[in-house]
Amino acid sequence: MKLKTILATTALAALMVSPALAQQISVKAGVLNDRSGLYADLSGEGSVIAARLAVEDFKAAEKGIKVEIVSADHQNKPDVGSTIARQWYDQDGVDLILDVPTSSVALAVNQITKEKNKIHINSGAASSDLTGKACTPNTVHWTYDTYALAQGTGGAMVKAGGDSWFFLTADYAFGHALERDATEVITKNGGKVVGAVRTPFPGTDFSSFLLQAQASKAKVIGLANAGGDTINSIKQAGEFGIVAGGQKLAGLLVFASDVHALGLQTAQGLVLTEAFYWDTNDQTRAWSERFAKLNNGKKPTMVQAGVYSGLLHYLKAVEAAKSKDTATVMAKMKEMPTDDPLFGKGTVRADGRKMHDMYLFEVKKPSESKGPWDYYKQLAVLPADKAFRPLSESECPLVKK
Amino acid sequence: MFELLGIPPQALFGQVLLGLINGSFYAILSLGLAVIFGLLNIINFAHGAQYMMGAFVAWMCLNYLGINYWAALLIAPLIVGVFGVLIERFLIARLANLDHLYGLLLTFGLALIIQGLFRNNYGSSGLPYQIPDALKGGQNLGFMFLPNYRGWVVGASLVVCLVTWFMIEKTRLGAYLRAATENPTLTQAFGINVPLLVTLTYGFGVALAAFAGVLAAPIYSVNPNMGADLIIVVFAVVVIGGMGSIMGAIVTGFGLGLVEGLTKVFYPEASATVIFIIMVLVLLVKPAGLFGRAA
Repeated sequence: MKLKTILATTALAALMVSPALAQQISVKAGVLNDRSGLYADLSGEGSVIAARLAVEDFKAAEKGIKVEIVSADHQNKPDVGSTIARQWYDQDGVDLILDVPTSSVALAVNQITKEKNKIHINSGAASSDLTGKACTPNTVHWTYDTYALAQGTGGAMVKAGGDSWFFLTADYAFGHALERDATEVITKNGGKVVGAVRTPFPGTDFSSFLLQAQASKAKVIGLANAGGDTINSIKQAGEFGIVAGGQKLAGLLVFASDVHALGLQTAQGLVLTEAFYWDTNDQTRAWSERFAKLNNGKKPTMVQAGVYSGLLHYLKAVEAAKSKDTATVMAKMKEMPTDDPLFGKGTVRADGRKMHDMYLFEVKKPSESKGPWDYYKQLAVLPADKAFRPLSESECPLVKK
Repeated sequence: MFELLGIPPQALFGQVLLGLINGSFYAILSLGLAVIFGLLNIINFAHGAQYMMGAFVAWMCLNYLGINYWAALLIAPLIVGVFGVLIERFLIARLANLDHLYGLLLTFGLALIIQGLFRNNYGSSGLPYQIPDALKGGQNLGFMFLPNYRGWVVGASLVVCLVTWFMIEKTRLGAYLRAATENPTLTQAFGINVPLLVTLTYGFGVALAAFAGVLAAPIYSVNPNMGADLIIVVFAVVVIGGMGSIMGAIVTGFGLGLVEGLTKVFYPEASATVIFIIMVLVLLVKPAGLFGRAA
């Protein structure tokens, strides 16, 4: 009799414990980005650090969610990125892929994620196609996109009188998307595009292209490139006296890390659009301070901040859904408002676009800067509904018209 | 005003000049490679990394020691050259009697290690380096604005290229070197220290790369990947010119810079590949390269 009682109690206890065990969810997040090339400073290891901070701040372990973070280098090559994404999903049990700068790689990972029914929270890539014609139910585009960059910098420059443009366009998916979106904004505001040149990616010498831009007599030279390409173009434009000669440079995508690399002497006066700047308020400063301690003193870029914010929201959705099932979590992510110390309050739209304000900054003069990484002064805030493409204009098949 | 293939001549002259400027980097880098290959039979894949080191040493001189550009132009090649001597003594010399593939693999590995170390310490987006005050500004040539600094780069590399050519082809030291490559045993029998000559030659080739790196620092961002981006093109230049041919390296360096510059006007998308197309064509017609001697 006694033995039976013991067995029965144990069984009962086991039954009572098992729901608690089922609560334990383990999530594997993959940070896929450029860790050695021209985008390594704006994403790279910094994005992994940001993801770890998100797990720490969410207190995942206390909430019964076990999070493991893995990372890899896609070398800005779509084939390399695709292979890693497939292996992560098929063999390594990765549930979501974060970051993925370089639009060509992001578009490839976007497709594979849909095929494998996992989740892709993109922070690093720019192409607005990710929530436009290439949108999927599995992708959230977090930080910025070419549409928002064009609205911000493009719109501001045209309004300030820069009504004729010449583009230096990086010859791949991102450059093409940025040129297209910027052209739309420019023509809508009454300006015109007089020419464009497609530059091999990645490049080092832009002087020939700059000379063509100079000869076009356009008032504004739009740089539809990023990272090392932007740095070299701006540097060489200074050398050839382009800005001194009266033409303006519009860096359509410039990151804080690029300004750091250029030095204020060269970068001063540049107008640019960003989703995040470390020195915006007490919360962003406090977080950036923690981040910089782990990242050799370098402040976060908007891409790295976006990885943090995106993973945090994902974990909140997993907690709320009590599951990591893709459809359930995506529904929760789109249903719950977002709120975090870096981007403030926002939402995730039906097409996967994360909505938040964007900022127009001007790079300070060396005399105005109070210390390292004190680079921007804010010119304007672009409210989320003005910054991002309205749903009514979206080509995304998920949005019913 | 007449037009040439739809491009106004002024723009064309500008592009020709720019092509020559880029060509001077190709020339000076491929010259170093050609010297090393011609005399040591080593395919120095670390050349790009050594060029990058030149730029970094110049940056370090300025930021840690306050040494200006002009002094760095001498000091950086010297420091990197000494580094090259050490590499030759302790690593490359051990492979001297093996197939050149081993040398290629060794230097390729070294390049990856050097780039990785710099990337970990200084990040990948580069460091700022200003053009020296004396060379700021530029000249209006009528058809284009020529930055003084670029003019200086062309002049400096031409001088270095010609001096190197003269040293190897016309001096007694150069004669020893050439003799040592033809028949090292016999040359040694005449009382010439061949291993020392070889070591110094490698150091000199490396110093040439570093010199180009210092020249490049104010134009491009000082960046750990700057050599890796360039090295493949420079190898193509050396192959087109003829492996080991000094004159070939100089002439094709400038020439291909020109071709690349013109491609940037007529069909910019192809400017990154045009050199390789030429390489294929040249190899099909003259496998030893334009200035090479058939083995």
